[in-house]
Amino acid sequence: MTIAPASLAAHPPHLFPDYASTRKRAPAKPLVLIPATLTELSGPVYGHETVSGDEGDLTRQHAGEPLGERIIVTGRVLDEEGRPVPNTLLEIWQANAAGRYVHLRDQHPAPLDPNFTGAGRAVTDQDGRYRFTTVKPGAYPWRNHPNAWRPAHIHFSLFGPSFLSRLVTQMYFPGDPLFAFDPIFNAIPDARARERLVARFDLATTEPEWALGYQFDIVLRGRDATPIEEPHDD
Amino acid sequence: MTERPDGITPSQTVGPFFAYALTPEGYATPAIFSNDLATEDSVGERIRIEGYVIDGDGEPIVDAMVELWQPDGRGRFATASERANGAFSGFGRTQVDSNGFFAFATVKPGAVAGPDGARQAPHIAVTIFARGLLRQLVTRIYFADEAANAVDPILSLVPAERRATLIAERRERGAAPVYTFNIRLQGEGETVFFEA
Ligand SMILES: [Fe+2]
Repeated sequence: MTIAPASLAAHPPHLFPDYASTRKRAPAKPLVLIPATLTELSGPVYGHETVSGDEGDLTRQHAGEPLGERIIVTGRVLDEEGRPVPNTLLEIWQANAAGRYVHLRDQHPAPLDPNFTGAGRAVTDQDGRYRFTTVKPGAYPWRNHPNAWRPAHIHFSLFGPSFLSRLVTQMYFPGDPLFAFDPIFNAIPDARARERLVARFDLATTEPEWALGYQFDIVLRGRDATPIEEPHDD
Repeated sequence: MTERPDGITPSQTVGPFFAYALTPEGYATPAIFSNDLATEDSVGERIRIEGYVIDGDGEPIVDAMVELWQPDGRGRFATASERANGAFSGFGRTQVDSNGFFAFATVKPGAVAGPDGARQAPHIAVTIFARGLLRQLVTRIYFADEAANAVDPILSLVPAERRATLIAERRERGAAPVYTFNIRLQGEGETVFFEA
């Protein structure tokens, strides 16, 4: 009998009716629990060769500088035991300072910024540390319920050491008044787990006369399991 | 010194607006992943994987992202050292089109080790992200022309009447045979999703 690891309880359920899009997309049948095999304990290998050094600075992708509050977002990627996850890829994307995405389907009538795309990549160093320079995204409306607004957030995508550690999440900013009204944030059942998605303002990370600093650590599932190499005859 | 964290970072939906970062075809961002896994030196039979992502009303989902993870034709997963030599990466990513359709070009994977010394039938791990999915869904593609499906240790954990949702049918077409794998998130013929 396979038992799901207790740590997975931090995740939101698939069906959360207050988030309307889950109603027709969440599986109705329970997930089938399986043991982690070589397929799940191995994982795509993407590191420093994938990303060039300047992809982590979202304020220098165009001729001019984007409008908005310049920020630094940095932190460590860790496993459940607190050990750093080195050489792992992070991809981020976000709205501009006015709350508008570059995405072609975003219809929010807020201005695009010709100097801001809002996509970046970084790879963790040997201590699991990453760093982005960007502007603080604006809140934006969505049609989930009347007068619905998403709290300001940056989307994160990570791989980690195995197929099981794959994570897509969102980073929020401290003290956002929209938290109480956001079904995506509140789909996470445990308040302490929700707090792990809120970056911490950090004066030591803040650069004088330049940018506010935020610390955001990310904890991925699983140990740095080295998959068993299969014998093969070549 | 390591301090044990309070817990893992919870998942949040990929949302509707990921394409310009994660599958940036048509945007200024350079792509680092694609739906074409089969490089010249990849070992294995060239195949295509095609399908639709469908919601609980039977309607196509037009804003989903699909990722594959698989070994090469000899059942070898990429490792860091092999990747450095340009070997088969085993990883692909694509966004569905405006009809909910996705396609990958890859090689047919070989069998790999399973639990307790058993072999697993050839399969590809699939991850689905979309607006409305608060966390990714994970499933597996098995191949209809593989006798080993009958004794696969993971398929055997799936109720018999639902196994067909995991088995891609083969169709000959041009240079590379096509395996069709539709992903139904909910309702009639709902795809089996796994938790490991
Ligand atoms: Fe968003």
